[in-house]
Amino acid sequence: MGQITLQGVQKAFGPVHIIKGADLDIADGSFVVFVGPSGCGKTTLLRLIAGLEDVTDGRILIDGKNVVAVPPAKRGLSMVFQSYALYPHMSVRGNIGFGLKMAGLAKDEINRKVEAAAATLNLTPYLERKPRELSGGQRQRVAIGRAIVREPKAFLFDEPLSNLDAALRVQMRIEVTRLQKQLGTTAIYVTHDQVEAMTMADKIVVLNGGKIEQYGSPLDLYEKPANLFVAGFIGSPKMNFVTGESALQRGAFTIGVRPEHLKIERDGAGGWPGTIAVAEHLGSDTFLYVDAGQLGMLTARYIGELSLHAGDRVSLVPEPARIHRFNESGNAIRG
Amino acid sequence: MARIATTQRVAVSTAAAWLCGFLIFFPILWMVLASFKTELEAFAIPPSFLFFHWTLENYATVQERSDYLHHALNSIIIAGGSTLIALLIAIPAAWSMAFSPTKRTKDILLWMLSTKMMPPVGVLVPIYLIYKNVGLLDSRIGLIFILCLGNLPIVIWMLFTYFKEIPRDILEAARMDGATVGRELVYVLTPMAIPGLASTLLLNLILAWNEAFWTLNLSTSEAAPLTVFIASYSSPEGLFWAKLSAASTLAIAPILVLGWFSQKQLVRGLTFGAVK
Repeated sequence: MGQITLQGVQKAFGPVHIIKGADLDIADGSFVVFVGPSGCGKTTLLRLIAGLEDVTDGRILIDGKNVVAVPPAKRGLSMVFQSYALYPHMSVRGNIGFGLKMAGLAKDEINRKVEAAAATLNLTPYLERKPRELSGGQRQRVAIGRAIVREPKAFLFDEPLSNLDAALRVQMRIEVTRLQKQLGTTAIYVTHDQVEAMTMADKIVVLNGGKIEQYGSPLDLYEKPANLFVAGFIGSPKMNFVTGESALQRGAFTIGVRPEHLKIERDGAGGWPGTIAVAEHLGSDTFLYVDAGQLGMLTARYIGELSLHAGDRVSLVPEPARIHRFNESGNAIRG
Repeated sequence: MARIATTQRVAVSTAAAWLCGFLIFFPILWMVLASFKTELEAFAIPPSFLFFHWTLENYATVQERSDYLHHALNSIIIAGGSTLIALLIAIPAAWSMAFSPTKRTKDILLWMLSTKMMPPVGVLVPIYLIYKNVGLLDSRIGLIFILCLGNLPIVIWMLFTYFKEIPRDILEAARMDGATVGRELVYVLTPMAIPGLASTLLLNLILAWNEAFWTLNLSTSEAAPLTVFIASYSSPEGLFWAKLSAASTLAIAPILVLGWFSQKQLVRGLTFGAVK
């Protein structure tokens, strides 16, 4: 079991409020990603759950039991750090087995469990090596091995892939997701990369300035962003925002349209006319950055190749059903 | 532009380095040479460098007049004892300051260092009187205690800088893995800090071995270490250069050997933080 509930959790360092009251329900076995810009409090929130920081106020429940006064080791969680944080003087075997040794397990049992974890992560040939003799990806796997071997109630990942190169990151992303599904253990994963968030999560928590902006499934966040921040943060390239006449016509202060929901018309009549400033041709997609005069720069995405170039006049027509409307305070208008 | 290392330039800098090294080493060499001369030759002008009547008579006299082994043993006990106790106090102190600092940690560190800026002679009289009253004069315990206190700030500072270099994440990982503070110290922190501990230990051992002010003032015979042994050859009856040199050579020999074999650790200890 690994159900985690936050009730009014607050954290302040002196006069600075990092977490301004977080309420969250994380179901057993789910993969939840905390995402947000740097300094939004996502890592702090994770460390509060881990017990590496003390809460200023509020309750953290793990399987219904308030753990705010329980030391990290007794919470039954394991953590994978951004820097891997492997013990440099221990072999891979020692690293993975350290938690079990601290728990007082017998040597045979530790060896059996360490070898099983190593086999899952393809680390068997490296068991006797020291961390400095491993590549970045292997070190990352050791860190994960150290987390899974203890059979925790939940895994806490603190930006674990950010030190890897792009190709390895994609591969590890898939491995971590598969491993979590296979073990069925609750996982909380912190990242600033919204692609990681969208691809890995069952549910995403978008944080900004110490507040939870929205909590929902990836597609929920994509299709029904609660406010301007979430709308702008989720999705790549970013959603286009338009204020003024076009917004007022639709009964909103601001309207947002994702680049993939803008139809590109070549003749420049109707919709929002403009001149292409930059055209990016990726083969699979074409991205157009269009100078639409008073509306500012708009981004449009076309699936496949579109032979348009900088300087061409186009008109962008938003799909009516895909227009997001926001009121003056930035919250979404529904219905 | 990268500097071009011509053969000429290399030769010049090599020669300069050897010259500097020789200048620093010369007094020690001269002392060792003088210890093999007769008293007369030792202060002869012009001095003879290598061509004199080599003799071991100074060493014999020195051993006869004052017991070298007794003083050496005292030096070992005092330097070793004060270093060990200093480490035992400094490891937890530096640990807590490096890993759970408070608002006052910086002040405490500076305050500790500030005690090293005060000339020891300033507190000689009160300490002498206290020692006299509690009967610690000329006792090994008393010297261990005072040298330990004297070097503690340096030991704490050195360990603090070493501990600071250990990534916090690793200790937090140990905490997540279920290690208590004590086990964290034993299984994770200490093994990672061993190079730092070793150089701190060596440097402190040398400092304590060489310490002369307190040892000269607070001991006479029973607990007297090698510093007192040397000083006894600069007497009111006159300076006995050859015997003084023999005594000094004997006194520095153990620490010179220790220093020779631990050069690498010492250099790392002295330049720590300066270069990565």
